[in-house]
Parts: sequence; C-alpha cells; structure tokens
Amino acid sequence: MLSRLVLVSASALKSSGALGAGLVQASRSLHSSPQSLAPMPALPEKGGKVRHGIIPEELFQLLYPKTGVTGPYMLGTGLLLYLLSKEVYVVNHETFAAASIGIVIVYGIKKFGPDVAALADKLNEEKVAKAQEVKDVAMASLAQAIAEEKKEQWRAEGRQALFDAKRNNVANLLETNHRERVHLVTNEVKKRLDYQIALQHLARNHGKQSIAKCITDLKMLAKARQAKATA
Amino acid sequence: MADKPVPIAEKRLMDVKLGELTSWATTKDFSPNGIIAAIRRGHDRYYNKYINVKKGGIGGVAMLLTGYVLLSYVWEYDHIKHDRWRKYH
Repeated sequence: MLSRLVLVSASALKSSGALGAGLVQASRSLHSSPQSLAPMPALPEKGGKVRHGIIPEELFQLLYPKTGVTGPYMLGTGLLLYLLSKEVYVVNHETFAAASIGIVIVYGIKKFGPDVAALADKLNEEKVAKAQEVKDVAMASLAQAIAEEKKEQWRAEGRQALFDAKRNNVANLLETNHRERVHLVTNEVKKRLDYQIALQHLARNHGKQSIAKCITDLKMLAKARQAKATA
Repeated sequence: MADKPVPIAEKRLMDVKLGELTSWATTKDFSPNGIIAAIRRGHDRYYNKYINVKKGGIGGVAMLLTGYVLLSYVWEYDHIKHDRWRKYH
C-alpha cells in the first residue's frame, strides 16, 4: 500500500514519468522509425512476493527442496535463539520501544491497509483515465483530419468530371451554333429558290392567263360580231 | 551440455564457479563511476521488482525500513554491547 503511494508521489514528481513515457513511446510507434520497446511494456500487476511483509519469497523457494515448508521458520527460530543467547541482540529499553512500535504498526497496517490500497488504486485509475482521454482526443482529431484529407483528395478527383462536363457544354454550344448557322443558310437559300420558282410560275401563268384571256376576249368579240351580223 | 564458453567477466555471480571467483572479482569495475553504475543497477532492479508495479504491497517499503533498522543496529553494536545482561556467554 505504501509502495502504491510512493509510486503515486514519485510519478507526480517525475511529471507522470512512466505514464508519460509510455504515451510518448506509443505515439512514436506510429512512425516507422526503428524503435526498441515499441509499444512500451505495461507495468507488472503485482510486485515480487514478500512473506510477512519483510521476507522475500525467494528465501522460502530456495530452502523448499531441502527442508520443505518449515525450513525457513526453523532457520528463523534457531537464528533468533542464537542471537538472544549469545546476546548478539541485547534486550534493553529499546527492545520494549521497538516491540510497542511494531505492534502499533502491524495493527495499523492490518486495519487500514485495504482502504489505503483502494485509495491509491483510485488515484492511479484517475491518472490513467486522464492520460487515456488525452490520447483518445488526439487520436480522434487525427483520424478526423485523415478522413477530411481523403475527402479532399476525392474532391480533387471529381474535378476531372467537372472539366469533362464543361467541355461537353462548350461542345454543345458550338454544335448548336453551327447547326443554327447551317439552318440559316438552308433557309435563306430556300427563300431565294422559292422566289425564283414563284417568278417562273408567275411568268408561265401570266402568259397562259393572258392567252386564255385573249381567247375569251376573242370569243366574246366573235360572239358579239356574230350577234351583230345576224341582227 | 557444454554451452559456448562465455568469458568470465560477463557471467552473473551465481554462475561463477568457486575457483573463478577471484578472477571474476578482478574483472569488475571498481572505479567511482563503476560503483555508482552498480548502485544504480541494484536500485533499478529493486525498484522495478517491488515498487514500480500497479498493485504494490507493503513489502517494497517495509523491506527497506527493516534493512535500515538492522543496519543501524549493526553500526550501534559497539555502544549497545554495554547493555548486555551477562559478561560471558
């Protein structure tokens, strides 16, 4: 538990050292430069095992093949008796003080340990969540930038279609213009030709009409003359 | 199995045979820089094993304090000798 608080304060002193370094390492792994330890290995879940708070588990593992489970305890008892009997450890007033302090410390740890551990865990969680949030925001904004860039590239491709449409438009205009002029030409030519035909018709009809008129006139004259002659 | 022969200087302490112990010790760097580097290595090993973990326990700090208590007793023994109950053991 105390280790967790040490870690919290040490990390705060190192300006979120391990976490910050982890973030930097993780973002560096996005580039393709050769980096060792990319991404950064996560912190181990639990520390090395320690029995009764002060004796590392390795001692027990060391003695287990030869002496079984009770080996280290027998070793401890024998050692203690030797120290006491040879007075390598002297029993004096400090022994009493140490015993009292030891009892208080052990009682405090047993009673408040889990709560302090939960508190330290919560602080760590908050730090991790904040860093994760920053990373997520950065990733989201970068992903959005990528999507927008892709859209811009797609739009640039679309400009080709735009140019084609404009070219088609211009071709259409030219074509209509050309056809208009062709129609104009044909109409004008047709008008002139019709005029000539009408002229010819008129001339022919006029001739025919005048001859017909002459004939009717002559017939009328002849009739009148005949009528006069008989009268 | 005979492994490829490793030069003595690179072996770890537990792999050194008893006969090679002195020659191994002479290859070690005892300059001030070397000593500081060794202290840093030891500190990093202890720190990364017991303290720099997600759920550390009391052991990491408690072992340091216990070591401090024992070391201070050893340094004070010449003074504590005079509180002994018996003269001859």
